[in-house]
Formats: sequence, C-alpha cells, structure tokens
Amino acid sequence: MGREFGEVILDLQSVSLAFGGVKALTDISFNVREHEIRAIIGPNGAGKSSMLNVINGVYRPQQGEIILRGQHFTRMNPYKAARAGISRTFQNIALFKGMSVIDNLMTGRNLKIRSNLLQQAFWWGPARREELAHRAKVEEVIDFLEIQHIRKTPVGRLPYGLQKRVDLGRALAMEPSILLLDEPMAGMNVEEKQDMCRFILDVNDQFGTTIVLIEHDMGVVMDVSDRVVVLDYGRKIGDGVPDEVRANPEVVSAYLGASH
Amino acid sequence: MGFFIETLIGGLMAGMLYSLVALGFVLIFKASGVFNFAQGAMVLFAALAMARFSAWIPEWLGIDSRLLANGIAFILSAALMCVVAWLIERLVLRHLVNQDGATLLMATLGIAYVLEGIGSSIFGSDIYRIDVGMPKEPVMILEGSIEGGLLINKEDFVAALVAALLVGTLWLFFQKTSTGRALRAVADDHQAAQSIGIPLNRIWVIVWCVAGLVALVAGIIWGSKLGVQFSLATVALRGLPVVILGGLTSIPGAIIGGLIIGVGEKLSEVYLGPLIGGGIEIWFAYQLALVFLLFRPQGLFGEKIIDRV
Ligand SMILES: Nc1ncnc2c1ncn2[C@@H]1O[C@H](COP(=O)(O)OP(=O)(O)O)[C@@H](O)[C@H]1O
Ligand SMILES: [Mg+2]
Repeated sequence: MGREFGEVILDLQSVSLAFGGVKALTDISFNVREHEIRAIIGPNGAGKSSMLNVINGVYRPQQGEIILRGQHFTRMNPYKAARAGISRTFQNIALFKGMSVIDNLMTGRNLKIRSNLLQQAFWWGPARREELAHRAKVEEVIDFLEIQHIRKTPVGRLPYGLQKRVDLGRALAMEPSILLLDEPMAGMNVEEKQDMCRFILDVNDQFGTTIVLIEHDMGVVMDVSDRVVVLDYGRKIGDGVPDEVRANPEVVSAYLGASH
Repeated sequence: MGFFIETLIGGLMAGMLYSLVALGFVLIFKASGVFNFAQGAMVLFAALAMARFSAWIPEWLGIDSRLLANGIAFILSAALMCVVAWLIERLVLRHLVNQDGATLLMATLGIAYVLEGIGSSIFGSDIYRIDVGMPKEPVMILEGSIEGGLLINKEDFVAALVAALLVGTLWLFFQKTSTGRALRAVADDHQAAQSIGIPLNRIWVIVWCVAGLVALVAGIIWGSKLGVQFSLATVALRGLPVVILGGLTSIPGAIIGGLIIGVGEKLSEVYLGPLIGGGIEIWFAYQLALVFLLFRPQGLFGEKIIDRV
C-alpha cells in the first residue's frame, strides 16, 4: 500500500487478562500508529473483543501496560479513555435504546459541553447557544453517515444495520483521535457492508482518525486495513501488513482449523 | 354523579403525590440500579430540616415575614439534601460499584438508619409543624355546570398542583438539557455511557439530589398535613406499590401508577367500603401491587427484568 504513517500513538505491552481460569489474553504486545487502520482478526473466542475492552478500560488486565501518546496507564477506565480521545462501538450494539438517533449522537458530545447544570436548567443564553453548536456538529455526522431520514426515530425501532451505523455515529460525534470498532459489519448484508466500509475509509481519510478494527470478513479486512494483528486462543500468532499475514503458515492453519 | 366526580378528583389529587414519591424511587433505580429503601428516611429528614429551619430562621435573622423565612428554609433544606446526596455517593455508592443488587439494597437500608439517626440528633425528635400557608378550607366549584357543585379540598388541590409542576419541570429537565440527556443515557446503559465520557459519579450525585428535592417537596406537603414525625418515613412506602404497578424503570409508569392507586383507593373505599367493611384505603394499594407481582412483575410500563448474561 505504501502509505506513510505517523508515530506510535497507542502501544500495548505484555497484556494478559484472565477471567477466573479462562485466559482471554496471554502476553500480547502490539502497537498502533497514528492515522492507520489496524485490524485485529482471529477465530471466535480468540480474545479480540477482550483486547478492545482492555484498550478503553472496560476490562482491567492482570498484567501489562497501555501507553497512550507516551503516557503510561496500568489502570485505564472507560471515562479516562474517552477523555484521552478514544471512542468505540460495541459488538452487541450498546446504544441508548429509548432515545432518538439525534439524542444518542448528542450524548457523544457530552465531554465537550462547558455549560453547567444551573445554566442548562434555566435555559441560559450561552448554554442554549452551546447546545445549538453541538447540534450543528451532530448534524454534520448525520449527513456524513447518510441517516438524515431517521434522525428523530428511537433507535430501538431501527433495523440492525442502521443501529450499527448510529453506533458509529455516536462514536464519531465525540470527534475521537482513536476509534475502536468491534465487528462493525457483523450481521449486515453485502450492500450495508459496502456502505460501512466506505464510511470507515472516509473517516480515516477525511478526519485522519486512527482506527482499530475487529472484523470477521477476511476480504474486508485485507482490503481496508494497513496492518493486521492475528489472535488465536488469546495469543498473538501474527502481525504485519495483510500480505505478510496471509502468507503466515500459523495464521493459515488457525483459520483452516477453525470453523470459518 | 357529582359525588363520583368528587371522589375521582380526590383520588387523582392524592395520586399525584404518590406519583411524586414513586418518581424518587424510579429515578434512583434507573440511574444506579438500586432500589432505594432510604427514600422514606429522606422524606422524613427533609421535612425535619424544613420544619426546624423555618422555626430557627426568624430567630437567627430576625425576620418577621413567614414567606421569607419559609423561602430561606426551603433553600437551606434543598442544599442540605444535595450535601446528603454528595455524601451518599462519596461514602457509599462509589465503593459499591459493580456489587450485586442485594449488597446495594442493604446499603440503602443502612443509609436509611443513618439518616434517621442523624436527623433526630440534629433536629430533635418531637413532633414539629410545617406551616407554609396551605389553605385548609374546602371550596365549591362548578356549581353552574354540575348539580350541587363539586366540593374540593383546597389543600389537596394545591398539593397536587405543586407535585404536578415538579414532575413537569423534571420532565423538561430530562428532555431538554444536556445533563438530562446524560442521565437518560446512564439509565439506559452504564457501560456505554461511561465509554462516551459521561462520568457516572457525577450523574449519581445529580440523581440523588433530584430524589432529595422530590423528598423535600413530598415532606413539606405531607408534613404540613400530618405534622412532621417519625411516621412520615413510612408514608413514603406508599410509593412502593406505585412502582410495582407502574414498573421500576418507567417515569410515565410512576406517574400513571400513582394516579391509578390514588383513584383506586378512594373509589374502593367509597363504593366497596360499605360492602366489605371500611379501611380499604389502607391496604388497597398493597393488594393491587401483590396481584401485579404475581401476574405482571415488570409492572404496566417497566421492561422485563432479565438477568444480564
Ligand atoms: N466478561 C467476561 N467474563 C468471562 N469470560 C469472558 C468475558 N469476556 C470474554 N470472556 C472469555 O474470554 C475469551 C475471549 O472472548 P472474546 O474477547 O469475546 O473473544 P472474541 O471477541 O475474539 O470472539 C472467551 O473464552 C470468552 O468466553
Ligand atoms: Mg468479539
């Protein structure tokens, strides 16, 4: 591909995570460079979601460190991660089901809101102007994802594919520098997958957002990603540009051995 | 016909207060996933604060005006309830994140005892009065359109109006402000809310403040009617059947549930009382709640309670 990338922005060092006796991740190290699309692949139960959950602090690893822009974190939590510019989507969509699409996206602006509770309660001028500015930003995201027609719909009523898109929208409304996507195309038909692919590439291209992507569809992964990490049973068995990974015999056998 | 409508209106007015108390339960349950057994203690504590402050302030500040003294007492009591909320988050909730429901429930029982203890040692444990100038005499309305007119209890009417206003204001706050939106987000999905940068701790403080404010208003209304005394803590338990009926997770459920129970109590007392003996008003709500627990445990509007996997 020959694209040039920036410095290492996110560095994971010897991360191990266990749930009781189950070792979800064993001594995993890899890094993510600024502006790249970094894929994590592997069979079901390989530890991919656990990896993302460690990065944004939903899970706390027993061992290892996260280095984010040179800052060391042994105890990350989701709120800290969000403040540091990391936003994410979830494998099982975790939208606010009772709220409209636009309200879901507006929650993504929460960290950027400056007015305080009292100013909001009294519908104070500056608070209102701020609300309108965030609203304008959210409308940009809505236009970008082509979901104008459903902006007022409660997300619980949307079909699965659109919910996935709104989930991405909420993450984008945060204007993240790093975006973590957990199987954004799972359960989609071909057309929806193509759209989602295009959005991911556009986000990366237009906003320079660094993206960490978990995806099952090998074709998609090889097409969009710059570098790929391969996990199997919680261990890292491959790491490199798509062509390298494809040629890696361990990866091939993991995928042939697993049901795919 | 006039009498039926009178009973109905009486029920609606009483029900509005139940709705208000139930709202306190629902808000806390939605935001922090715990059934707050301390709600009654909060009502008592807030009413005690209001009663004592309004008696002390004329002495402290040499104010003659009842209205001004009550106003200052209200603001002080509201501030006190927010301090309580902040302390509860700091000292209790923060340390119990991710604990199971039973632990949290016990914690709120603990909070209830501590509040009652502290309340009586700061404010004393006599029976106090709250006098916010509620009109006491009944009034006749609609004499032109309904034969015999309708006899309305003014005090209940004002109380219902205040409760309705508070509920309406809270609703606006939740729907129209960014903090309200964050509250709804937390209620829907803790994990996702945190991941987009909504600080759970701050939200908890706000929700407990709001519940404290609700407790204060309920405490003032009931306190001025019944006097401020220990039994006020149990009056709040009237909110319990309401949330079982309306569903623990639904704000409209709390409101409608409260109205249904208020009306049900009054109508059954009046029309069933002569048949099966009086006193129905006392147990009606609990019986109705029991039926719901047996046949529709999630309430009218609540979500099905499913254990997270
Ligand atoms: N919250 C959890 N509690 C217990 N075990 C878990 C939890 N999350 C993941 N695991 C276990 O960790 C392993 C890796 O799971 P996961 O990261 O979801 O894999 P993937 O996303 O690659 O399919 C699995 O064995 C899974 O059962
Ligand atoms: Mg997964």
